[in-house]
Amino acid sequence: MNKPVPERETKAAQRLGFVDCDIHPVQRTPKDLYPYLEARWREHSETFGGHLCQGLSGQLSFPRMMASGMRADAYPSNGGPPGCDLELMQRQHLDLNGCDTGMMVCLSRGGMEERNLEFGAALAHAVNDWQIHDWVEKDRRLKAGIVVPQEYPDFAVREIDARTAQNEAFRQVIVSPRSSEPLGRRKYWPIYEAIARNNLVLGLHPAGAPGGHPSSGTGWGTYYMQEHYTFGTSISGNVVSLITEGVFERFPGLKVALIESGFSWAPSLGWRMDKQWAHMRKETPHLKRPPSEYLREHFWFCTQPMEEPEEPAHLYDVLDWIGWDRLMFSSDYPHWDYDDPRQALSFKMTEAQRAGILRDNASALYRLP
Amino acid sequence: MKLPYAGAIDCDLHPAVPDVAALMPYLDDFWREHLTERYIDHSPFVLASYAQNLPQSARPDWRPKAGVPGADLAILRRDALDAFGTRFAIANVLHGAVALYNADMAAALCKAVNCWIAREWLDREPRLRASILVPPQDVELAVAEIERCAPDPRFVQVLLLVMGDRPLGHRSFWPIYRAAEKHGLPIGIHAGSTFRHAPTGSGWPSYHLEDSVLQASAFEDTLVSFLAEGVLQKFPGTKLVLMESGFAWLPTLLWRTNRSWRGVRTEVPWIDRPPAEIVRDHVRFTLQPFDVPNGDVLNRIIDHVRSDELIVFSTDYPHWQFDGEDALPDGLSDAMLRKILIDNPLSTYPRLRAAAEVDQKAPMREEMAR
Repeated sequence: MNKPVPERETKAAQRLGFVDCDIHPVQRTPKDLYPYLEARWREHSETFGGHLCQGLSGQLSFPRMMASGMRADAYPSNGGPPGCDLELMQRQHLDLNGCDTGMMVCLSRGGMEERNLEFGAALAHAVNDWQIHDWVEKDRRLKAGIVVPQEYPDFAVREIDARTAQNEAFRQVIVSPRSSEPLGRRKYWPIYEAIARNNLVLGLHPAGAPGGHPSSGTGWGTYYMQEHYTFGTSISGNVVSLITEGVFERFPGLKVALIESGFSWAPSLGWRMDKQWAHMRKETPHLKRPPSEYLREHFWFCTQPMEEPEEPAHLYDVLDWIGWDRLMFSSDYPHWDYDDPRQALSFKMTEAQRAGILRDNASALYRLP
Repeated sequence: MKLPYAGAIDCDLHPAVPDVAALMPYLDDFWREHLTERYIDHSPFVLASYAQNLPQSARPDWRPKAGVPGADLAILRRDALDAFGTRFAIANVLHGAVALYNADMAAALCKAVNCWIAREWLDREPRLRASILVPPQDVELAVAEIERCAPDPRFVQVLLLVMGDRPLGHRSFWPIYRAAEKHGLPIGIHAGSTFRHAPTGSGWPSYHLEDSVLQASAFEDTLVSFLAEGVLQKFPGTKLVLMESGFAWLPTLLWRTNRSWRGVRTEVPWIDRPPAEIVRDHVRFTLQPFDVPNGDVLNRIIDHVRSDELIVFSTDYPHWQFDGEDALPDGLSDAMLRKILIDNPLSTYPRLRAAAEVDQKAPMREEMAR
């Protein structure tokens, strides 16, 4: 999976003209954020560093597989981690494949899992500045996601309002699904109100650092294989929470993009919710419709990691169930399980369906030109 | 739809212990006195996942006017065994003992529950079989209880809850699987939580509805735990029966683990073939709660998992999963129905297979005697 990819010549005819819904830029060093941090927080960062809900400092408790979870060929020759070098990203991905728009999802140092809320807010603020100055202003194809620490809704709301006013490159709000409470709970509603008010999208992407709970209701797994699987199951928990708590009754315009979370689980989750709800609906009188209808109406899914049925044709059932207009291409560049936009959609479909997944579905959701 | 013929094997129904008093004859002097002195001899010992008033805990017409649903053998005979023409039914007693923190108390209560089900139910009703309730709090005590019950062939599997202290594939549980394999007992993993952890990776949901729906996620994570830890390579005779797990999520699990295994196989080198194949060989699912909209979709999902051997029939009596006699989804072929109702249960449970063979030989013996 981590063999260097031979570089290709890009010919105009090869341009795919796609939207990539999951690209991960990262700081070359923590110091990249210093221009956007007050002196107090620069000092805090050096003296104390991050304060997370896990037993290891400076690394993930479930170490990733090859090359720290990165494409080995995405390490820049001049040092730093994959994703820190715009020129390499352009050469390896944006230009090579003919990407029209790249949605940036900044997971690293965004303060989402920081226990010190003010430090988390300062980091999020800095990452949002950094996205504009170090990326968007250098490559207009890139769009930003406002990173907010979900455990600090007061700050998150201010940040969402300010960033939306500041730059139209901000198209969504990135929240950690490893929150301290399921994301449908009242505590987070001011964030959704701000997202809806500003006509943005809520983007959920699995995050590495835990939010204070084991990654599964069964407790902590042993292997990364297990942790990796919980990316899907923990997103399901948040989807159920957002629906069951009535978030979409309160904010009917709210749209959610589930990034790197899979999509084949969605139909079965919808069926199961409807079945249980039929007997238990008196518990949730605020729900006016079967839960699966909220799922179909308010959620979008991304392709990577592409679902691979044993019989490729079985994918059509899944796409028919979730809706062809709900799936958006994502590459996850520069991570190890990167999906190549030319390979990932190798199954047969109509031109309109292909255009939908590669471009049109995301363009409609994010109101791209 | 109704069952098309008699002789089905119901792999999940729930007789209930009416109260602690019913267990007193099966507790020793120490525990009798201990429970009495602490005034917990009138405590319900009911799991929160199946609190008695919850709608799913008892179908309205199966809910007795007084007392605990599932506690009366005569009613269970009428509503479950006779109503569905059941040949064998596996009693899974969901008792609160497994959620205690005190492992000795849990073990004493589990033992009492197993003695009670054998004496008060199995002795009186030849169609009934039971699972061995074990205290997951202490693996040695759990193994001792398996060893104590295993000589009685009417105990046909070991019963665990899907959400406990840690994922069930973990090595600390392996002595349980070793003992079960030795005795030809499948491991039955039932929905429900001891709530040692929040039910989701993001904490505690507000509603019972969420807890119920998210049981499926716990089963997925548990199955991945068994795969990743290599339990089914270490104990190749093991069968896992996931009870009240739902089934519609299985294609996703097979596809995702097949794909992720290609990336992580150096971490879990004991996984020696695609995980989907391991699941098809070792894992079975009880039918109820049936979590797809209709038989057409179920047929597609059976296609997706590429096996017609994975589903075993259950009514989940007295839990509320369907109404009337509608225990089966519409739209399945006769061959598939026969597999779900009879063949798959018999190939899953060696002790039921043995009992069925004895049944078949019985008329022959009569003929020979004549």
